[in-house]
Amino acid sequence: MLTQTLFQGKLSKTEDLFIPFIEAGDPSPEVTIELALKLQEAGADILELGIPYSDPLADGPTIQRAAKRALDNGMSLKQAIELIPTMREKGLTIPVVVFTYYNPVLRIGEETFFELLEEHGAEGVLIPDLPYEESESVRELALKHEIEYISLVAPNSEARIQKIASEARGFLYCVSTLGVTGGENQLSSEVTHFIEKVKKHSPVPVAVGFGISTNDDVRMIREHADGVIIGSKIIRLVEAEVENLKDEHKREAALDRFYNNVRELVE
Amino acid sequence: MVQVYPDQKGRYGDFGGKYVPETLMAPLQELEEALDEAMADKDFIAEYHHVLEKYAGRPTALTHADKITDLLGGAKIYLKREDLLHTGAHKLNNAIGQALLAKRMGKSKIIAETGAGQHGVASATVAAKFGLECKVFMGEEDIRRQEPNVFRMKMLGAEVIPVSSGRGTLKDATNEAIRYWVANCEDHFYLIGSVVGPHPYPRMVRDFQRIIGDESKRQFLEGEPTLPDYIYACVGGGSNAIGMFHPFLEDDVELIGVEAAGKGVDTEEHAATLTKGDRGVIHGSLTFLLQDEHGQITEPYSISAGLDYPGIGPEHAYLFDSKQVRYEAVTDEEAMDALKLLTETEGIIPAVESAHALAQAFKEAKDLPRDKTILINLSGRGDKDLATIMNHFKGEE
Ligand SMILES: Cc1ncc(COP(=O)(O)O)c(C=O)c1O
Repeated sequence: MLTQTLFQGKLSKTEDLFIPFIEAGDPSPEVTIELALKLQEAGADILELGIPYSDPLADGPTIQRAAKRALDNGMSLKQAIELIPTMREKGLTIPVVVFTYYNPVLRIGEETFFELLEEHGAEGVLIPDLPYEESESVRELALKHEIEYISLVAPNSEARIQKIASEARGFLYCVSTLGVTGGENQLSSEVTHFIEKVKKHSPVPVAVGFGISTNDDVRMIREHADGVIIGSKIIRLVEAEVENLKDEHKREAALDRFYNNVRELVE
Repeated sequence: MVQVYPDQKGRYGDFGGKYVPETLMAPLQELEEALDEAMADKDFIAEYHHVLEKYAGRPTALTHADKITDLLGGAKIYLKREDLLHTGAHKLNNAIGQALLAKRMGKSKIIAETGAGQHGVASATVAAKFGLECKVFMGEEDIRRQEPNVFRMKMLGAEVIPVSSGRGTLKDATNEAIRYWVANCEDHFYLIGSVVGPHPYPRMVRDFQRIIGDESKRQFLEGEPTLPDYIYACVGGGSNAIGMFHPFLEDDVELIGVEAAGKGVDTEEHAATLTKGDRGVIHGSLTFLLQDEHGQITEPYSISAGLDYPGIGPEHAYLFDSKQVRYEAVTDEEAMDALKLLTETEGIIPAVESAHALAQAFKEAKDLPRDKTILINLSGRGDKDLATIMNHFKGEE
């Protein structure tokens, strides 16, 4: 069914994808790099690298806290993108999708943003507050720079699903429930219908995110979708070790515990 | 031909649009369809006007402020008395319109954000009147400085939800209201309090507030041979200003929007969005906003909770950019002096927000000839601000 090359050929499989999210700079740039490598080791197929934003409208309290920690450390859009080459040098090979709200992109300039992504080896971009109707110029630039522009569909997208899916690149992000990130509500059986519907129209793998926080959730989603996106739960695992991660002497052990927790979540 | 704004995509020139998560696209579409249908329905419009007249107390008076005119010795000053509207500010015009629309759409739960608490009170009021369930999001700082309004909302049966993020002001309350709406959009109506947010909100709120300008135009010509030369209004999100300005946009009248300069536009502490801000996206629309060089929204400051907002409605961004309206900024100090002056000369205690418009108008009126006329939108009364006012003037007695 797949007719596109995904992520410049860097995505090794199109099923059973594990897509974790971390916030750049939370709790520090060095730790972000280490976390990215640990996640790859734990089986991540794509890394979502979040850019901290002052007013993250689509995010619940967990990611808001992560953003605040990162911003308090002075993290910015440009600095976050500049972490990618260091991740690569240290062995990160999986595609990186930069997740950012639109205003920082607008501020730096859409052209400059895509030049930065290309120059620093990002393979994808996701802008949660830029719906299909407002994204034309960004989608064009993404194509030009060979960056996958990741689109989202929600349970209430209905008639929009076909239109959005037909232009999907990289993977298609299915928002599991109405709400912001980090909810822990039971995934309803309606989700499976929704996923099936989206899969019918999608030329790329369909991954599900929002509120996926237990191994049961992961198993349930895996049965129906091509991938699972885990954000707030990963951030909570980081948060649980945040002091240890900041401490150079305790970091290694904390990273190992983080690794084990992630493995338990996705196994 | 006059261009009609916004266009189909909710654009005012470059500004406006819908910068929202995918989950909100369906509810915004539903809202737009219901709104267009309602606005084309004679019965709906008639009911809106009926409630404005019989319940809210419209039309509000147009007052010739002769004592302050004489004192300043310049242009002749008129006040549009939105302070006389039920609940004490212009916010009720919009709350009535949106509550009637919510009812028509079959939504019995409303949510609202509030800064000064005036929109929260207006929302709680219409909720009580029309039997709706009401949640109001309010920043913790604003809860502190607008305590009487918090009490009023609770009495009216609304649930007030404190918001602690950021500086605990209007921006943060709006973020939280939007987040709540995303999760509950199926059965909740989001009753936005100003001409901000994603399309169709800025247009809807403008159309529910333009009654201010429509009435003013008619009333002004009852006492004067021509339209006013200058019209002043304060600008937070911009609803009282747009409501006043809109019917005059094609006329030969100079329109002046007044922002909050806080402790001065050359300090870090102000809310002068157009004077000091840059283009960007806030709360779902492309407009001007206060932000740092990385595109992070910065925390605004103003003594007035209702103007303490880092963004501004997209139509104002357009009117600013196309130079159809002049925007000025007034400090806390200047606004409070104007508040005191109006109180002592005219026997009207204005809201601290409205005092910003007064300050700029008084400044300019002095130097204008006596045959010029000025209209100031007095957007609200100062009852809610007594603590702020006492605190500001303490030690001066
Ligand atoms: C009396 C009064 N005037 C003005 C404002 C500012 O809002 P807007 O700019 O939408 O009129 C408020 C907001 O709370 C208010 O209470």
